[in-house]
Amino acid sequence: MRTPVFLLIWLVICAAVFAAALGLGNDYIFFAGYVVLQYVVLGTAWNILGGYCGYVNFGSAAFFALGAYSTVAIYRLITEHEFYRMPIPVLMLIGGIVSGIVGFGMGYLTLRLRGAFFAIATLALAVVLQTLVVNWDYVGGSRGAYIIRPEQIEPIGNYIRYLFLIMMLLAVAAITIARLIEHSRLGYGFASIRDDELAAEASGVPTLRLKLVATTISGALMGMAGAPFPYYIGYLQPSSTFGLDYAVNSIAMPLIGGTTSWVGPLIGALLLGSLQQIATVTISSAVNLLIVGFLLVIFVIIAPNGIIGLIHTYLQRKPEDFVGRRRVEAEMPGQAP
Amino acid sequence: MIAAGSSNANGAAPALLEIENLGKRFGGFVALENISLSVPPGERLGLIGPNGSGKSTLVNCICGTLRNEQGTVQFGGRRLDGLQAHQRTHLGLSRSFQLPRPFASLTLADNIRIPLLYTVATRRGSHHAAHEIEERCGALLRQVGLGDKARHLPRDLTQVEMRKLELARAMAAEPKLLIADEAMAGLTHSEIEDILSLLFRLNEQGVTIILIEHIMSAVMSFSRRLSVLVSGRKIADGMPDDVMRDPEVERAYLGQ
Repeated sequence: MRTPVFLLIWLVICAAVFAAALGLGNDYIFFAGYVVLQYVVLGTAWNILGGYCGYVNFGSAAFFALGAYSTVAIYRLITEHEFYRMPIPVLMLIGGIVSGIVGFGMGYLTLRLRGAFFAIATLALAVVLQTLVVNWDYVGGSRGAYIIRPEQIEPIGNYIRYLFLIMMLLAVAAITIARLIEHSRLGYGFASIRDDELAAEASGVPTLRLKLVATTISGALMGMAGAPFPYYIGYLQPSSTFGLDYAVNSIAMPLIGGTTSWVGPLIGALLLGSLQQIATVTISSAVNLLIVGFLLVIFVIIAPNGIIGLIHTYLQRKPEDFVGRRRVEAEMPGQAP
Repeated sequence: MIAAGSSNANGAAPALLEIENLGKRFGGFVALENISLSVPPGERLGLIGPNGSGKSTLVNCICGTLRNEQGTVQFGGRRLDGLQAHQRTHLGLSRSFQLPRPFASLTLADNIRIPLLYTVATRRGSHHAAHEIEERCGALLRQVGLGDKARHLPRDLTQVEMRKLELARAMAAEPKLLIADEAMAGLTHSEIEDILSLLFRLNEQGVTIILIEHIMSAVMSFSRRLSVLVSGRKIADGMPDDVMRDPEVERAYLGQ
């Protein structure tokens, strides 16, 4: 399928979903849906580095938070200096650029590490950035920061609908980018890095440069997902923005869905994200991470290649006949020799 | 035998690969010491030596997988110091790995596709059309006798077939110099013949080949020249028959 057609189909689906949500007449659906879509973006972004290249990033929360805090910083600037109010898409672009730059820097510093060592380094990055934000008074420090969002936006009404719509478009952009990468020269290069970096170099793949491309794209998308977050939540706090939920969820969702194609993170995020939202309403919000942990254990044992892996075992097809290419070994990404 | 230098003073063709005083240590262990080797274009060089003599380390230093502390490697008149492995591959240096390292999640055809996308396309500055790549992958796999397995994954292959895949992937980069590191271990007699005739054909097309091999019959029938490494030192270099008669080589190879 050609990319414009793919994009068009998704935009039609989005329009249908938005219309259906409006039809339900309850704005809570937008409130919950926003979080699910945010995880679609985070999972897809994580998967570009983690699934395609095999580098496990534990610092997703840091990139997400960077996007959110760039918005807070700009909001402060605006309220102090009476600038023109910046529209959310512009804020997303700024958040994306900031996180992309940090992703590039992190990549440059840490990509000589492999496997668990790389994962630990990304975790360290998250801790360092959180410490910086906690001690940076301008964006609220440890007290956190308030963002007052407009009540309404013309012509769609409640502001949450607008945020939902924007996040939905970002999700479509993210999966389109992931799919484009997957079927391109870049995707083959990423796959060769995931499988065997030495052999990739010997085949002429500039591995370091490609890995930097991956960390930058992945980081930028996470930052874009984080940029509207202060407007969504209203009160931004370092401990929750840098929270474990984001790091764990953005890893668990692709793993549960399947890591080697764009479909996996999408399915994983929709499934796990919705489950968490339902659990939040019906049981309690504290049960969220428990669900993730529980599902992750089950999937690692019975379906190490995620839901997509399960599907084509069930269909008894050759892996390459299914969507795109995928990893077939029963191993987690990032544990290549 | 007079060592052919990189200079054109004697009217000799400049060497394609010129290694001078190359040394490599791993901590206190000296893996390679003062290796000098000159390979003119079109050569068929056999590189032999007992296990652990440094053959693969030498290949790794030539190809940029390892960095040598001493000496220089020149390829096509260009010093390779500081060039990364993929840059050396782009220049026309290609190698197969002694222990096959296939891209495990990619089909055989896609394994071949990687060097086509990243080396051949880079060198000629444009990308192949999709059907061109398919044809090229199929042709290369057929050459090594894996034509009917193009859609398979490397895990479906035997060790022997993986060696063939390894060779096909190295050939896909369209090298000027191909280093085949034990491509024939474990192969049957007729399979060795197949691989040898393949290497002969490549050589006729102008590809310089360094063959690292333990199977002496293959080495002797293929090589126009033989170099022997023992304990990180080059102890002989010359016509295969002369080298094999060298008492030092006999001692190292056959024992006392």
